[in-house]
Amino acid sequence: MAKLNINGQVVDVQAAEDTPLLWALREHVGLTGTKYGCGIAACGACTVHIDGQAVRSCAMPLSAVTPDQKIVTIEGLSPNGMHPIQVAWRDLDVPQCGYCQSGMIMAAAALLAEKPNPTDEDIDNAMTNICRCGTYNRVRAGIKQAAANRQG
Amino acid sequence: MTLIETTTTSRRAVLKAAAGLTVGFCLPTDAFAQQPAPAATPEINAWVVIRPDDTVVLRMARSEMGQGTRTGLCQMIAEELHCDWSKIVTEYVTPGQSLARNRAWGAFLTAGSQGIRQSHDYVRRGGATARVMLIQAAADAWGVQAAQCTAKDSVITHAASGRSVRYGQVAAAAARLTPPANVPLKDPKDWTVIGTSVKRLDTAAKTTGALVYGSDLKMPGMLVAVPKECPVFGGKVASFDAAKVSSMPGVRHVLKVADTAVAVVADTFWQAKTALDALPVTWDYGPNRSVSSETIAAQLREGLDAPEAFVGNTNGDARAAIAGAARKIEAVYDYPFQNHAPMEPMNATVVWTPTRCDVWCPTQNGEAALAATAQAAGLPQTACDVHRVDLGGGFGRRTTHDWLIQAVTIAKQVPGVPIKTQWTREEDMVQGRYHPVTMAKMTGGLDAQGNLVGLHMRISGQSILSYVFPTALQSGRDPVQFQGLNAGGNDSQIGYSFPNLLIDHAMRNTHVPPHFWRGVNHNQNAIYLECFLDELAHAAGQDPLAFRRKLMGNHPKHLAVLNAVAEKIGWDRPPPAGVHRGIAQQMGFGSYVAAAAEVSVDAQGKLKVHRIVAATDCGVAVNPRQIEMQVEGSFVYGLSALLYGACTVKDGQIVETNFDSYNVLRMDEMPKVETIVMPSGGFWGGVGEPTIMVAAPAVLNGIFAATGKRIRSVPLKDQDLRRA
Repeated sequence: MAKLNINGQVVDVQAAEDTPLLWALREHVGLTGTKYGCGIAACGACTVHIDGQAVRSCAMPLSAVTPDQKIVTIEGLSPNGMHPIQVAWRDLDVPQCGYCQSGMIMAAAALLAEKPNPTDEDIDNAMTNICRCGTYNRVRAGIKQAAANRQG
Repeated sequence: MTLIETTTTSRRAVLKAAAGLTVGFCLPTDAFAQQPAPAATPEINAWVVIRPDDTVVLRMARSEMGQGTRTGLCQMIAEELHCDWSKIVTEYVTPGQSLARNRAWGAFLTAGSQGIRQSHDYVRRGGATARVMLIQAAADAWGVQAAQCTAKDSVITHAASGRSVRYGQVAAAAARLTPPANVPLKDPKDWTVIGTSVKRLDTAAKTTGALVYGSDLKMPGMLVAVPKECPVFGGKVASFDAAKVSSMPGVRHVLKVADTAVAVVADTFWQAKTALDALPVTWDYGPNRSVSSETIAAQLREGLDAPEAFVGNTNGDARAAIAGAARKIEAVYDYPFQNHAPMEPMNATVVWTPTRCDVWCPTQNGEAALAATAQAAGLPQTACDVHRVDLGGGFGRRTTHDWLIQAVTIAKQVPGVPIKTQWTREEDMVQGRYHPVTMAKMTGGLDAQGNLVGLHMRISGQSILSYVFPTALQSGRDPVQFQGLNAGGNDSQIGYSFPNLLIDHAMRNTHVPPHFWRGVNHNQNAIYLECFLDELAHAAGQDPLAFRRKLMGNHPKHLAVLNAVAEKIGWDRPPPAGVHRGIAQQMGFGSYVAAAAEVSVDAQGKLKVHRIVAATDCGVAVNPRQIEMQVEGSFVYGLSALLYGACTVKDGQIVETNFDSYNVLRMDEMPKVETIVMPSGGFWGGVGEPTIMVAAPAVLNGIFAATGKRIRSVPLKDQDLRRA
């Protein structure tokens, strides 16, 4: 049993405290936009924000999350899909199969919040998520376009 | 009897509830738009339904797994249908519906880069026939000749009288007409939708988490099964102690699955996985326990010189020409097992009852999935169906259905209850269907002037067909083994004319099951041939491009793509300081492709791929931007395989269990990719796979240019790239 603040709402989660946040989100809260890819924090498909930081939720047990920490998932990133990263993603047709893209978008949004005008090196360092379809170059272009649109 | 009644009721409840899932099956162009409740409108034909509100529902038999086939298929139907592009939504037909209608939708197989190229004719005809019927219905209503009416953007106009009507207003009447036969298709020069880079129809839901994948499916009363197969292929379950875990939280069932696996069924994935990890299992590994990568390598090495081999392509007398040559060059290459590793691990949701079995799953072949379901369910295909969802990656893995048979076998033990079988990444890694393992001994003869007089390519290793479709073997020979090396044909023809040639295959199979893997046998064949030609060019003291060109006089399309990448990368000018170039070409999946790579290798042996130029002649380019995306992606997949891809075998098991030990290319290693789309017309080639074929050989040839060291073994993580 854990109390979590998810997308601005306080939710009681009836799950053992060793349950990873990912599975609490997916199976107890019903937010399936956050994906399971590896379970060992290697691929980033499960990336969510905790207090604005990109966190890999598959390796974070509920016991490590406190009720006052603000968890944001892809469903809560923006009220209507209009976060600059989401807009750029649609504009450039970034996703292919799309399975990794919730994590990609959350990682990119956290990067942009920290560095409004990221360099290629910033992007390389922050975006370590795995995409098997191979969207990396469009992910990079999407981050740059979102940054440019926000500046403009 | 009670059981049947209960489970039937429960199935009905499930199916009713599952109707709410259609959001995952029917993707609106704008995911944020409120979707009106679908009005019941009869179809115009198998491909086209038009609702009274003008929504154009286009039906798909092929599957969408990120390759953009949904959008490309819609472009082809819309080209002939003359509908309003913004009104299009798509839906998957089920293989059960197709079975009931004498395969009205043709093949469901989505593999071999054929989603577009093998269905363009009949889907365009579907669009054209529907257009003619809609116009006829309007003309009938107006009492005018259909020939006097035109259709554009879902509006039919009779110019003479100034009348117009929307498709949605005449759809019901059109559906009652007898479909005309042999409606002519547009001349390609008149195309306005095919050949344009329209945006994908399915992007929006992938940016909000709204798209429902197989692993996201939820149904009332659903339980989750997490299985574990014997880690040694061919082994069995000896025993397991269910009592040790059956009282753990959420656990409902601890099952034996066939005689090769165990599964824990629980309320949630995490509960099932936790209990499975704690479940004591004793395996009967069987004789394959003694197999390792070393024993497999020895088995393949023996095949390199074996007297018996299946011939794939031959002319002249290669052995005699090489024996009589001024110089003989020989090299041995090898290529490992690799896992497809799609981002979404295998899963399927199944409701089984004694009279009916429905599954919801991501599959690359709905029809094969239906056959697998029926077989595992012990029911006729007419009592089963497969409801598809978009795939979280396929790459060939989801053309075979071991995971679905397993999921049905599990659900059969819990009748009437929806069971989602969800693999862990670890299970996905060790229970793959792998890129085949092969070696090749390449032998070439050069005359005194450095001309190639003979080439012998001996492949030794696994045949995919002998595992997957043994009935397709030709007197034991696997024709797919020779992809890209064939003398003729319009799918995967070799791009060179050699004066004396022998390409043969000593089949050496192992207990590790191989399968079609994006690019398939091209991946190793292109490395073997394109890198060895590079070796021969250097041995002859010739430029690798010039050496190839001399052999390509009879292969103008192969040569054209090679020339295109050479020109764009600036082959005739020196590369930037410290940067070196490699080049490769190949034909496969009906398309001609070439790549040129710019790479550098530092003093510590660290490789950087700076730039890739890739050219594709796919005959007809339905959506150039989609092709660019596929080309870029193919280099991520191909370079991942080159840099990191190896599944090794110890004690009969696959050693690599997750992305920590089976790494893949990430953003920081991704080169710039410049794509040349150069459709020459007159044929339809694939684009999902072809450029993967040239990714590795172009980079390997660049590494040789950089270091003077010839790398003949994949992956590079196991190689010392420091300068020779």
